[in-house]
Amino acid sequence: MLEIKNLHARIVDDGTEIIRGLDLTVKAGEVAAIMGPNGSGKSTLSYILAGREDYEVTEGDILYNGQSILEMDPAERATAGIFLAFQYPMEIPGVATMEFLKVAMNEQRKARGEEPLKIPEFLKRVKDAAGLLNMDMNMLKRPLNVGFSGGEKKRAEILQMKLLEPKLCVLDETDSGLDIDALKIVADGVNALRSPDRAIVVITHYQRLLEHIVPDSVHVLYKGQVIKSGDKSLALDLETNGYAGVIGQAA
Amino acid sequence: MNMHAQPQRTLAETALIDAFGERLSLLPGDGAVMVKRDDAIEAIKHGLPTRRVESWHYTDLRRLLTSVPAFETDGIAKALDPVLDSSAVLPVLNGVSNSKLPEIDGVTVQRLSEKLTDGSVAPGLDRYGADDAIGALNTAFVADGYFVDIADGTQLEKPIELQNLQSGGQAHVRLLTRVGAGAKAIIVERQAGEGSDALISSVSQLVLDEGAEVTWLIVQEQPDTATHLAQFKAHIGKDAKLTLFIMNAGGKLVRQEVVVRTTGEGADFKLRGINLLAGDTHTDTTMVLDHAVPHTTSTEVMRNVVTGKARGVFQGRINVHQYAQKTNAKMACNTLLLSDDGEFSTKPELEIFADDVVCGHGATVTEIDHDHLFYLMARGINEKTARGLLVKAFVAEVIEELDDEALVEALEARLDGWFLTHG
Repeated sequence: MLEIKNLHARIVDDGTEIIRGLDLTVKAGEVAAIMGPNGSGKSTLSYILAGREDYEVTEGDILYNGQSILEMDPAERATAGIFLAFQYPMEIPGVATMEFLKVAMNEQRKARGEEPLKIPEFLKRVKDAAGLLNMDMNMLKRPLNVGFSGGEKKRAEILQMKLLEPKLCVLDETDSGLDIDALKIVADGVNALRSPDRAIVVITHYQRLLEHIVPDSVHVLYKGQVIKSGDKSLALDLETNGYAGVIGQAA
Repeated sequence: MNMHAQPQRTLAETALIDAFGERLSLLPGDGAVMVKRDDAIEAIKHGLPTRRVESWHYTDLRRLLTSVPAFETDGIAKALDPVLDSSAVLPVLNGVSNSKLPEIDGVTVQRLSEKLTDGSVAPGLDRYGADDAIGALNTAFVADGYFVDIADGTQLEKPIELQNLQSGGQAHVRLLTRVGAGAKAIIVERQAGEGSDALISSVSQLVLDEGAEVTWLIVQEQPDTATHLAQFKAHIGKDAKLTLFIMNAGGKLVRQEVVVRTTGEGADFKLRGINLLAGDTHTDTTMVLDHAVPHTTSTEVMRNVVTGKARGVFQGRINVHQYAQKTNAKMACNTLLLSDDGEFSTKPELEIFADDVVCGHGATVTEIDHDHLFYLMARGINEKTARGLLVKAFVAEVIEELDDEALVEALEARLDGWFLTHG
C-alpha cells in the first residue's frame, strides 16, 4: 500500500537534509511501527507523507497504491485516504469542531462522488465515535482543539480518523502526553480500525504504546534512514538495550 | 503671488453648495435649525477635509469624493426583512421616514422631520469639532429620520431595527435615541441600498441614562456605488453599558465615525467591529472615546479582512481626562491581509491626563496561518474552502463574543452572505 523508495528530503527554509535515503514498505492490513531517537526524522517523515509544504523531496519517491503522491497537495492526499494523526494537533480559534468535522467529511465524500451526509446521520456518526472514545459531546461544541487538554486533543485526532475512515493511517507520537487510561482508550480506538484493507504506521519513541497496538513490523529510523527492521521483538529489544546497540551495528 | 489663495473648489464641493441653495426651501426646520444649517454649509464652503487635517489623514475626503449625485425624487427603496427575527422595523426610505409608526410598549417614536420643524432637535445639530465634516454635511441637509425614546425601566423584548435604505441619489438621515434609566434594548442600525451613485450621510445619536444597557449593531452593506458617511455618537451615563458592534461589508467610500463619552461613574463601553473589505473601495472607522469621569471602562476590538485593492483605516483615539482616575481601557486592531494590492492603516492614540489608569493598545497585520491551513487540508478540505473557514473564523471570534445566540447566528449569516459573493 505504501512504498517509500530512496527518499531524500530537506527543510525548504534552510536546506537542512532530514531524510537521507529512506526505504520502507507497508502492506495493506499491516501495522508498522517506526521507532528512533529524537531528531532521527520520525515526525518529518509523517509531515512529508501528509504533504506539508515546509519540506521538499529532492530524490526518491513515495508510492501509495502504486501511484506517486509527491505532486498531490495535502487535501488531495487526505481525500485519497491518507490520514496523519498529529503529534501536536493545532488549536484553531473560531472554527467550530462540529462544523469542521462536517466540512471535512463532506469534502471527502464530494471528492469521491458521494452525496453529502444528512445532518441526523452525521450527528449519529459523531456521537457513536465519541462514545467509543469516551469523549464528551460538549467538548465538540468548542472551537477546534481550543482549550482541549493534551489527552483530549489526541482523542479528537482518533475521532477524526474514525469518522474519515482513511486507508493509510499515520500516527505521530500519539502516545505522548497520555496517561495510561487515555492511552488504552486511544489504543482500543486504533485497534478497532485494524482491517485487511487498511495500513497503520505508528510512530513512537517508546515501546509502551506497542504493548497496546501490537505491530506486525518494527523499523528503526536514524539520521533519516531505516537502519534496521524486524518484528515486534525488535521493539522489546530496543526497550531493554536502548538505541545505542542498533545504531552501533549500523555504523 | 497667489500661493496662499484658497484652492479652487472641487466638483463635489461646488455640487454640494449648489444643492444646498436648491434644497433649502424643502428642508424642514425652524429658525434655530436654519441657523445650524447655515453654519454647516459655511463649513463646507471652507472646503472638505484633506489629508492635512490630522483626523482625515488616511481618508482625504476632498480628493476621494469625486462626484455628488443629484437628489432623486422617485426613489424606489423598500424596507428589508430585519437582521434579527421579530424586530420592530423603522424604515427610512430614500431619506424619508414612514408616517405609520409602530406601537411598542414603553417606546415613543417620532418622525425626525417633525422635530426639525418644531426646532426641538436644534441643540443636537452642533458639530463636535472643526474637522467634523460628516456632522456639517448632515446638519446642512438632514430632512428626516426618527426620534426613539425608550422609557425608564423598559425591558424591550423585541429588537428595534432602524433602516436607512437608498436606491441612488442623496439621503441625509438622523436617528436619535434615548434609553431611559434601567432600560434594556437591542437596536440594529441597518445601512444598505442598491442602484446607481449614492451619497448618504447618517448620524446616530444615543443617550444612555443611568443603568441602561444597550447592544447597538450597525450593519452596513451598501453597494459599491455608494459613498457612506456615518457618525455614531453616544453618551453613556452612570453604571450604563453600551456594546457597539459594527459590521462594514460594502460601500465604495465609507467613513464610520464613533464618538463616545462616558458621562457617569461605572459606565462601560465595548466596541467590536469587523471590516470585510473587497474590490477597489475605501473604508475608514474612526473612533474618539472620552473617558470623562472616574471609574469607567472600555474595550475595543476590530478585526479586518482585506481582499482585492481595498483600503481600510482604523483610527482609535482614547482620551482619559484629568479627573478620570481608575479608567481601564484596552484597544486591539487585527488585520488579515489577503492580497498584495490591499492595504490597512491603523492609528491607535492614547491621550492620558490622569495618573492612575490602565490603558493599552495593540495592532497586528497577518496572513493566513500556514500551520492552520495545513491542518485543515490534511483532513481533505480543499485549499479554497480551508482558507474560507480560517478567514471566517478570524472575524467570527469577535461575533461570538456577543454571547447572544440569536445575534451571533444572525451576524454569522450576514458573514456567510459576504463570503458567498466575495470568497
